Amino acid sequence: MTGHGQSGRRPDGAAFVIAVLLAGLGGLLLWESGRIPNNAGYAGVGPGDVPWLVGLGLLGLAVWTLVAGFSGPVTDTPPPQQKAPVLWILAGLGLQLVLLKPLGFTIACGLLFACTATAFGKRNPMLTVPVGLVFAFCVYAVFDRILQLKLPAGPVEMLFFGG
Amino acid sequence: MSTFEFLLQGLSVAFDPMILLYALIGVTLGTAVGVLPGIGPALTVALLLPVTYGLDPAGSLIMFAGIYYGGMYGGSTTSILLNTPGESASIVTALEGNKMARAGRGGPALATAAIGSFVAGLLATLALAFIAPWIVRFALAFGPREYFALMVLAFVTVSAAFGDSTLRGLTSLFLGLALATVGIDGLTGQARLSFGVPQLLDGVEVTTLAVAMFALGEALFVAAQGPGGDVGMHAIKGSVRMTATDWKRSWPAWLRGTVIGFPIGAMPAGGADIASFLSYATEKRITKHPEEFGHGAIEGVAGPEAANNAAAAGTLVPLLTLGLPTTATAAIMLAGFQQFGLQPGPLLFATSPDLVWGLIASLLIANVMLLVLNLPLIRLWVKLLTIPKPWLYSGILLFATLGTIGVNPAPAELGMLILFGILGYFMRLYGYPIAPVIVGLILGPMAEQQLRRALAIAQGDVMTLVQTPLAALLLILAALALFVPMILRATGRGQVLAAVATEED
Repeated sequence: MTGHGQSGRRPDGAAFVIAVLLAGLGGLLLWESGRIPNNAGYAGVGPGDVPWLVGLGLLGLAVWTLVAGFSGPVTDTPPPQQKAPVLWILAGLGLQLVLLKPLGFTIACGLLFACTATAFGKRNPMLTVPVGLVFAFCVYAVFDRILQLKLPAGPVEMLFFGG
Repeated sequence: MSTFEFLLQGLSVAFDPMILLYALIGVTLGTAVGVLPGIGPALTVALLLPVTYGLDPAGSLIMFAGIYYGGMYGGSTTSILLNTPGESASIVTALEGNKMARAGRGGPALATAAIGSFVAGLLATLALAFIAPWIVRFALAFGPREYFALMVLAFVTVSAAFGDSTLRGLTSLFLGLALATVGIDGLTGQARLSFGVPQLLDGVEVTTLAVAMFALGEALFVAAQGPGGDVGMHAIKGSVRMTATDWKRSWPAWLRGTVIGFPIGAMPAGGADIASFLSYATEKRITKHPEEFGHGAIEGVAGPEAANNAAAAGTLVPLLTLGLPTTATAAIMLAGFQQFGLQPGPLLFATSPDLVWGLIASLLIANVMLLVLNLPLIRLWVKLLTIPKPWLYSGILLFATLGTIGVNPAPAELGMLILFGILGYFMRLYGYPIAPVIVGLILGPMAEQQLRRALAIAQGDVMTLVQTPLAALLLILAALALFVPMILRATGRGQVLAAVATEED
């Protein structure tokens, strides 16, 4: 991990958010373990016991994070983050998720490729989209046709390989 | 049969042309991912798991092991020429190796790293072959409580013993354990934490989680740093040949690195990064040229590179003999075994000796292949470093999603991939380690089964867990591994532990 550990004792804001999330997850596990039928029988342990234990552990870690957060930093201070590239990648992944079924592997993955390239600074769609489409098509050809991996086909794949 | 006969039998498997091809693909891919920054062996194996679903089990596993070994070789190249380690076990190599490259001695640095990796890989693989049958004999006597204690020890060493924060390590581990409870309970068939969503009944796939956290998390993290930051590479000037003095200084360092690396890999005590760090510290302490350390001492490259390869071979000892993964890569290789319906452990040596010994023998051959790939062909690999970042990461993301799409193109599965990717990004941001999540996810259900079996045998009596000397000893070790580092950190002596933070491999 890249170390940005800071000294200085000030309350750690991120730690509180993390503590709340951990407590939420721990609570969810405890609730679930109380809900499912726990037929321990003579064995003394049933399917609900380990989730209960893990939930308890998460609650303990939430308290620990909270207490430690008051007296100093628990987390690393992240370096300055740019939002735009992150959103570009997430948009690419979202597009892929939505378009995969209707339009097939090549188009969905080609657009993901182009969005990622944009996130990393190649901003010309006239370049990134064609490169992405060709690359995704080659990947489809190799993995679906030669390696027999079942990849979703769309109009482009139909055009080249038929039904 | 003796180990020698088993090894000969294994070699006859390994010299099968198809198996040789798998090994060659494995080591080539492994070297490539070792060289490329941003992807490590753990991610590569995770990406390839779905692709190998229909292939030959022995060949696929040999390929995975080849990737692991190759990653350890290739990582040194990036460290030396770019000063950015290609994988985490090569961080210390960058300390001296990059200085050597700056001084125009990049060639000998690469050579000592490659030959050291070869020597260590060969010796450590032989050690694996001779030690494994002993451990297997020993492990046959293990009952559920010993296995449970062993897994608790592995949990602690992977999450809390190293790194800079016990709290963060444990948080990551418990996140993995929580994800592990999702799906159908292996012992009773009870659905847990699936909330009526059918896709969740199968649980969280190890490969989905690993690919999301390593590939997506890393890509988001790197992208958010903004463009630029392409560091200058030091061209290899002159010959890669080492001088007589280089040889004389490298030999002892290679052997010491092997001796340090193998046991560390073999004990459930973390992976190659720790071994390479300890080797560096040792070389620095006993060197006759202390003035060179920090300015390009060849021992500082030779030792750690030997150590990380020896440790990679060492990790295979608990993986093969006990079914216990101690690094993220080993965890994903375990998922690979399970994909083919194989459960590593003492019984595997009895039921599939061909596969186990073929795998071990292939590693010996893979080492020779790697030496050839990494010495004469080093200039080709260096070319990989010139791929521009946008294309590199776009390609990584495409392949990352390819695996998931190939297995299950459902939106729910891709949605999980994206969600875990975002989680991995935030964990990177705030300094939470990734490996414990993966190890928690795969080892969690196994630990649960052993625990519940042990308790069922004793009719629910918790004390049964410490009633054999071995189980008690292992649990005491686990407690020590948890509390001693905490005390060290609290008293301000935690830098050593932070420096050996286990990351991905």
